[in-house]
Amino acid sequence: MSVLVFTENWDGKFKKLSFELVSYASGVGKMLNLSVTAVSIGKVDEGELMKLGNYGANKIISVNNEKLAVLDNQAYANVISEISKKENASVIIISNNNTGKAIAPRLSVHLRAGVGSGVSKLPLSLNPFTVYKRTYSGNAFAHLVIKSDVKILTLAQNSFDVVETPGNATIENLNPEVDGTLLKTVVKDIHKQSGKILLTDADIVVSGGRGMKSPDNWPPLVELATLLGAATACSRPVSDEGWRPHEEHTGQTGKIIAPNLYIAVGISGATQHLAGISSSKFIVAINNDKDAPIFEAAQYGIVGDAMKVLPKLVEAVKEIRK
Amino acid sequence: MKILVCISNVPDTTTKIKFAEGNTSIDTTGIQWVINPWDELSLTRALELKDDATSGVKSVTVIHVGPAASEPTIRKALAIGADDAIRVDAISSDAWFVAAQIAEVVKKEQFDVIMCGIESSDYNGSIVGGMISEFLGIPSVSAVSSLKFENGQPLMVREIDGGKEIVTVPVPFVAVVQKGIAKEPRIAAMRGIMMARSKPVKLVEPVAIDPLTEVVEFEKPTPRAACKFVDADNPSQLLDLLQNEAKVI
Repeated sequence: MSVLVFTENWDGKFKKLSFELVSYASGVGKMLNLSVTAVSIGKVDEGELMKLGNYGANKIISVNNEKLAVLDNQAYANVISEISKKENASVIIISNNNTGKAIAPRLSVHLRAGVGSGVSKLPLSLNPFTVYKRTYSGNAFAHLVIKSDVKILTLAQNSFDVVETPGNATIENLNPEVDGTLLKTVVKDIHKQSGKILLTDADIVVSGGRGMKSPDNWPPLVELATLLGAATACSRPVSDEGWRPHEEHTGQTGKIIAPNLYIAVGISGATQHLAGISSSKFIVAINNDKDAPIFEAAQYGIVGDAMKVLPKLVEAVKEIRK
Repeated sequence: MKILVCISNVPDTTTKIKFAEGNTSIDTTGIQWVINPWDELSLTRALELKDDATSGVKSVTVIHVGPAASEPTIRKALAIGADDAIRVDAISSDAWFVAAQIAEVVKKEQFDVIMCGIESSDYNGSIVGGMISEFLGIPSVSAVSSLKFENGQPLMVREIDGGKEIVTVPVPFVAVVQKGIAKEPRIAAMRGIMMARSKPVKLVEPVAIDPLTEVVEFEKPTPRAACKFVDADNPSQLLDLLQNEAKVI
């Protein structure tokens, strides 16, 4: 038996998310006394694949088939399902990102495997197999028992420490049969963001709300983000007004993020906003209303007008970065 | 073209969640139940497509797996504009159970597009839509932020890490939709509320399915320490705390 982890790649590269997944799989593997097999689909060179071995993967299956160049949920689930059976996987670990959400449920039906989605800790117990997951948009956490023989866990991003585990991994190249008639998804066009730190990947996020008053007031916020190596985000009213692109909306119906540091500028902290950011390790709030609910979620706060505080904060960061 | 919109019944998103029965369930006292926010947007988009004569969409049906107590949520969907509804009369025990029930209904009644919200605001599972598609062996597209039809062919925007793709699949298919699919949820007008009373809600008996998961306990998030306030004129003090206390910059 084994623990299987699906590691997505981005243009042939892995990122922190991939190593976090393998670290988590390694943790689960230790609990169950099972080896860890990582599955990669698409062209990734050997040096990059070997990196997965540094975080606890014992075996890496590199799947290469041109037919899998486009993410077709059905075809990907088929391939991973076949590998899971061959590897006799008892636990399968996938990211809870959009790709994971696309594949995990289909895989679940293939393998009759219960899914624990958005888990943020190692399993609480093995018998019964119980996982810890976010529910009610972060207002509660559930202990979920998975009763099926095979279990699928999707890991909440930035919820588990990336741990280096020196070891030797073996690489197995696989070119599986792919039934062409199953490939139904046709990609007509791709638009990629370039040069920006992705909100879901960022360790630091600087976010603006209605307290920013106008889209013209964003430059100091963006400057602060640039100085801190942070991604920019916004609250729902800001994206609804079209002040910022909707990709930046964090909150219940927008992006759910868990950075190390979230700086909320001019955001009052409605329940729906907190639902998207409550897993942040530290929250800083800058708001002119001292009674704003954001201060209940924050560890550090400044009561003041965002337009006055931001330039001072930018200067102070420049000072310490000298 | 017929659209099926899957709707879930969830506590209003501003509800303060309390537990009952030794933290094994949610205290439903005083909870106002609403259509899951993503499902509401999904229904809105389905109705927009029906309103557009060029889309080819002729009808919008909603389906819900739940007991009679969730009828008001179904009536609300009908008041917003769905043509008819199907309720699978069962307590929805987990995603596997719900997806299997909906798939059974779809096997008997033909739909071209099945729309599901990307998650429900209660269990945050993000799994029902994908499961339905695999039970039926039809394509699914996930994280869809735009859906339209051109000459009967669906065109969707799928959100990927760091970008978007314009994709198409043949009908029938499942679209798992997220923010962006519709701008604002459509609100029921008085006329809609009156008409909803006479719209058909078909009751379906559940098929026997064993759930694969079960919530055995709930807990509250760990409370955070009280906020430390820093003088607005002295932001370098904040940076000092972030560097030396939190160690995050």
